[in-house]
Amino acid sequence: MSKLVLGPFNRVEGDLEVSLEVNDGTVHSARVNAPLYRGFEPMLLGKAPLDALAIVPRICGICSVAQSAAAASALAEAMGLTPPPNGRLARNLIQAGENLADHLTHFYLFFMPDFARAAYAAKPWFAETEGRFKAQTGRATAEMLPARAGFMRLQGYLAGKWPHTMALQPGGTTRAVLAAEKIRLYAVLREFRAWLESTLFGDALETVAALDSADALRAWAAGRQADFPRFLALADDLGLQQVGRAGNLFLSVGAYPGSVGSLFPAGVWDGAKGRRAELDTARIVEDLSHAWLAGDAPQAPAQGQTRPLLEKEDAYTWCKAPRYGGQVAEVGALARQLVAGQPLAQDLVRNGQGKSAGGNVTARIVARMLEIAALIPAMENWVQQLAPGEPFCAHGELPDAAIGVGLTEAARGSLGHWLTVKHGAIAGYQIIAPTTWNFSPRDATGTPGPLEQALVGLPIPKDEAAPVLVQHVVRSFDPCMVCTVH
Amino acid sequence: MNLLWLQAGGCGGCTLSLLGADARDLLRQLEDVGIRVLFHPALSEASGPEALAILEDAASGKVPVDILCVEGAVLRGPNGSGRFHILAGTGIPMLDWVQRLAGQARHVFAIGSCTAFGGVPAAGENSTDACGLQFEGDEKGGILGAEWQSAAGLPVVNVAGCPTHPGWVVDSLMALALGQLQARDLDALQRPRFYSDQLVHHGCPRNEFYEFKASAHKPSELGCLMENLGCKGTQAHADCNTRVWNGVGSCLRGGYPCISCTEPSFEEPGHPFMETPKVAGIPIGLPSDMPKAWFVALAALSKSATPKRVRENAAADHPVVMPAIRKTGLK
Repeated sequence: MSKLVLGPFNRVEGDLEVSLEVNDGTVHSARVNAPLYRGFEPMLLGKAPLDALAIVPRICGICSVAQSAAAASALAEAMGLTPPPNGRLARNLIQAGENLADHLTHFYLFFMPDFARAAYAAKPWFAETEGRFKAQTGRATAEMLPARAGFMRLQGYLAGKWPHTMALQPGGTTRAVLAAEKIRLYAVLREFRAWLESTLFGDALETVAALDSADALRAWAAGRQADFPRFLALADDLGLQQVGRAGNLFLSVGAYPGSVGSLFPAGVWDGAKGRRAELDTARIVEDLSHAWLAGDAPQAPAQGQTRPLLEKEDAYTWCKAPRYGGQVAEVGALARQLVAGQPLAQDLVRNGQGKSAGGNVTARIVARMLEIAALIPAMENWVQQLAPGEPFCAHGELPDAAIGVGLTEAARGSLGHWLTVKHGAIAGYQIIAPTTWNFSPRDATGTPGPLEQALVGLPIPKDEAAPVLVQHVVRSFDPCMVCTVH
Repeated sequence: MNLLWLQAGGCGGCTLSLLGADARDLLRQLEDVGIRVLFHPALSEASGPEALAILEDAASGKVPVDILCVEGAVLRGPNGSGRFHILAGTGIPMLDWVQRLAGQARHVFAIGSCTAFGGVPAAGENSTDACGLQFEGDEKGGILGAEWQSAAGLPVVNVAGCPTHPGWVVDSLMALALGQLQARDLDALQRPRFYSDQLVHHGCPRNEFYEFKASAHKPSELGCLMENLGCKGTQAHADCNTRVWNGVGSCLRGGYPCISCTEPSFEEPGHPFMETPKVAGIPIGLPSDMPKAWFVALAALSKSATPKRVRENAAADHPVVMPAIRKTGLK
């Protein structure tokens, strides 16, 4: 048995270290370490509750709006506020804007450059892939960044700036859109759509969003000259649908509320049974057994605490281990689409017998692309529904004592804030972020977290110091480590 | 010039902000002035052992580092050990890596307010003992010390902001590469003067409301945010409202107050962020360079002179009274 420690793990958000035990050339077990602790939860204690809106976005520079939205929702519940339709639409637009930009950043800057590594130099597709996706020098980066910056004007209009806006408030948003801006927002979306359709997809977004099986996807992608089909060809060649399986349980807290229901519903997808169940947030607890944190028993987040304790046997990360009804759960775009019943996503996690083969590298990437294709048309629709002149923000008072839970979906999965207010100040604040779920350590029963499971069994070639397959699996989750520990 | 970028105890938001730069091709623009990105955590191919080799070569002086950019506060805790932030794969605190690399670099840039002054990670009880590279709040010192200078003879360049504006980073780097960033180009807090010699107030689209002290009372209202909602735009140094963010925005344009994120200790204002502290009804934080007596006198006068249009629009979230159309022609 030999040990391989991989870090600093680049092209993920924040600090990540992965330790592998290798036996006979394959990964026998994995441990994931989030090596940065900043203490945002204790930092918030005693502060004026609305100050969370200035502090929590700064947990994370890539999920900043999601953090903001979760805090605003928790405060809204504490204040008994419901945003007016304009406020709901503007928040959806701001959140979808961040999530789409994050999916794009992940695909082009974080994930695809690994296919341009020297490890693949002998592949027939290498020269083209290197020219297009090589880190820093690939043509795709130079094309994507201005397209992304153009799309971010949406944040300029609706949120003032990105990241770290305070435009999201418990009662809606601070920025009422006027008639002229409604047109500009539509123009921004249409311009971005045109870029996505020509460069990323090579087809209409609606066609991509309607793909309903792995076979349909393969037929659609064949020979198509655009970046997503290019990925699919590489993934097929490398068998990436067969690697990176974590557990069978997928969870989403739901995203983009409408006047009735949400665009992506909340729920739990049980891959083994191929069945969706209602989400019961009372079943969420955090296990601290392998984190450098004080406390033995698993904590319900509403009662949770965060107290550093470095000298602790068995601990190897700052990350807590969230569990759902005692089980490991995977969150992210794939989980959202499985819960939403997206047929292609569901097909990609089945094995030949129609049972679940679990999440895998290909399915996680495809699910993000499906979201991009589905969200732009939804955003165009939301912009058209904005009613200039009608209110964007409801107002209310915060009681001296209250509780509130804010649940939302960041690009990389489910995010929850649990707030307790006493004597007019924050008396409790606990956060469970997407990568807290996905990159959680072992729990008290010794069950490893999703990534720790997904890495087991991967081949480790002797000549690769940082095995590229391991990197594909790790990055397929689009981890955000600054959110993970916060 | 080789540029090496480290992410310390921050949120990564300054890098994400940088990616929104309005350059048609950000990396080529830097290359054009001779800046080559040797290593960046979000952009470089190198990962794990390959990344470590680059960092080790830089720290040992084998490969020259012309510009070291550090993003994020440096965490000194617990008990001075730096163990709240170990650089992954090394077992060594980021505190030690930053000190070693700063000792080699010709120039050191603190990217963002937490790297410059401590920022949000130092908020509350600062349980991680976070501080900036050469400041702790507005006190000189930090992990490098008040008198520290880089090999080229400059102190740390504080590209402060939370996040920092992409233009502030790109223009600071370009100014350096073009020989236009010297000690005299930095202010007393070591921020590049090209953006810190201005106030956020300059170019604020709410200026007419400010002139008449026609104030917003609740979020989303159009009025001036200084009197009630905590806005520090008349005191905070930055060109946010003339440069603008994401092509068209700024905090004020987005409808929420300036929280002076380019300033030391902005994270602990001593009052709720969205409330203006007052004594006898007068905001404590008066506009910079404005004598208090004059401010009070002018505020009283302008309030009594407020046109109906300005007064009513200040309390609405969209204009409800439109500017008059003059029948006599404009003179």
